[in-house]
Amino acid sequence: MQKSSNRSLFVTFLKIGAFTFGGGYAMIPLIQREAVEKQGWISEEDLLEIVAVAESTPGPVAINAATFVGQKIGGFIGALSATVGVVLPSFAIICAVSFVLEQFEQWKAVQYAFMGIRAGVLALILQALVSMYRQFPKDGISYVIMAGAFFAVALWNVSVLLVIACCAAAGILWGKLKGRREK
Amino acid sequence: MIYLELFWTFLKIGAFTFGGGYAMIPLIQAEVGAHGWMSAEEVVNFVAVSESTPGPFAVNASTYVGMQTAGFAGAFCATLGVVLPSFIIILAVAGCLDRFRKSRIMSGCMSGLRPAVIGLIGAAAVSTGRTVFFPDGISVTGLGSPVFWISAVIFLAALVPALKKVHPILIILVSAALGVAAGYWFHIL
Repeated sequence: MQKSSNRSLFVTFLKIGAFTFGGGYAMIPLIQREAVEKQGWISEEDLLEIVAVAESTPGPVAINAATFVGQKIGGFIGALSATVGVVLPSFAIICAVSFVLEQFEQWKAVQYAFMGIRAGVLALILQALVSMYRQFPKDGISYVIMAGAFFAVALWNVSVLLVIACCAAAGILWGKLKGRREK
Repeated sequence: MIYLELFWTFLKIGAFTFGGGYAMIPLIQAEVGAHGWMSAEEVVNFVAVSESTPGPFAVNASTYVGMQTAGFAGAFCATLGVVLPSFIIILAVAGCLDRFRKSRIMSGCMSGLRPAVIGLIGAAAVSTGRTVFFPDGISVTGLGSPVFWISAVIFLAALVPALKKVHPILIILVSAALGVAAGYWFHIL
């Protein structure tokens, strides 16, 4: 029983990994179909919880979700099976892509294509920026942190790791101060 | 040793990836650029490759950089590094999930990180803009180069459909086609 559930964890997350384009949240409807509806491994509520946890822990959402579901169904080996499954398709595809790109990157047409693609990517990044900004809690401290992170990285070349650590610390401090004031 | 360096660099990237995706571009550019593994331009190219293939950006980037610098074993070490922090952290918190989520420290942390991620995406837009419009560094002469004008036109053409949430792969394909057409038309590079 245990062994077969680990195998189906691996296969299910292999499928999820192979069909999640653009990473992260794109895979949530897929997990819902495969792990909630088909396999009945987790409930709808579990899924919401997984999303919340994946958002509040470091690492790509896909990895977090796979590890979490795997652990729940099959313990450590389950977590390992699901995580290897979800990573394997992109690993294999990118290995192949890397090989192909190496052969063609000197071609003029490919360089022209990437010139255009880079401009398109900039538009995609701006779209992500706009849609994240729309859902963001608009209070004073959040603006300060947002602007601080932006200027530190964009203008002063401060290390991103340092910025993330400082912003997390600022959030904790602010939460403590607010908690004290409310008491 | 290159394998250890790849593993360590991507371990850091994995441990500091929050919310995923574009917010990590400045981090990856800095870490990968510092080692000379990829230029800023190549990182932006790779964002497009990653959008058009399955899998999270951080995992795709680790595999690609590892493969380019040290072959298959390099890809393996880098990808192991990027996956390991989330794997360990999730296993560690899975048992005490409720306490973890409701702790004041965690919610404080997230209230700091959420706006930070937006700032980081803004910084990613700036550094990407610099790479797109001024590949040879910001200068007045850069404004006269055909690369600047072609990129500006393609960017503006892509912006409206992007904001209307046209599928990213479609935007990438059309931008590529426009790039090829303009490149041959003006005989640049």
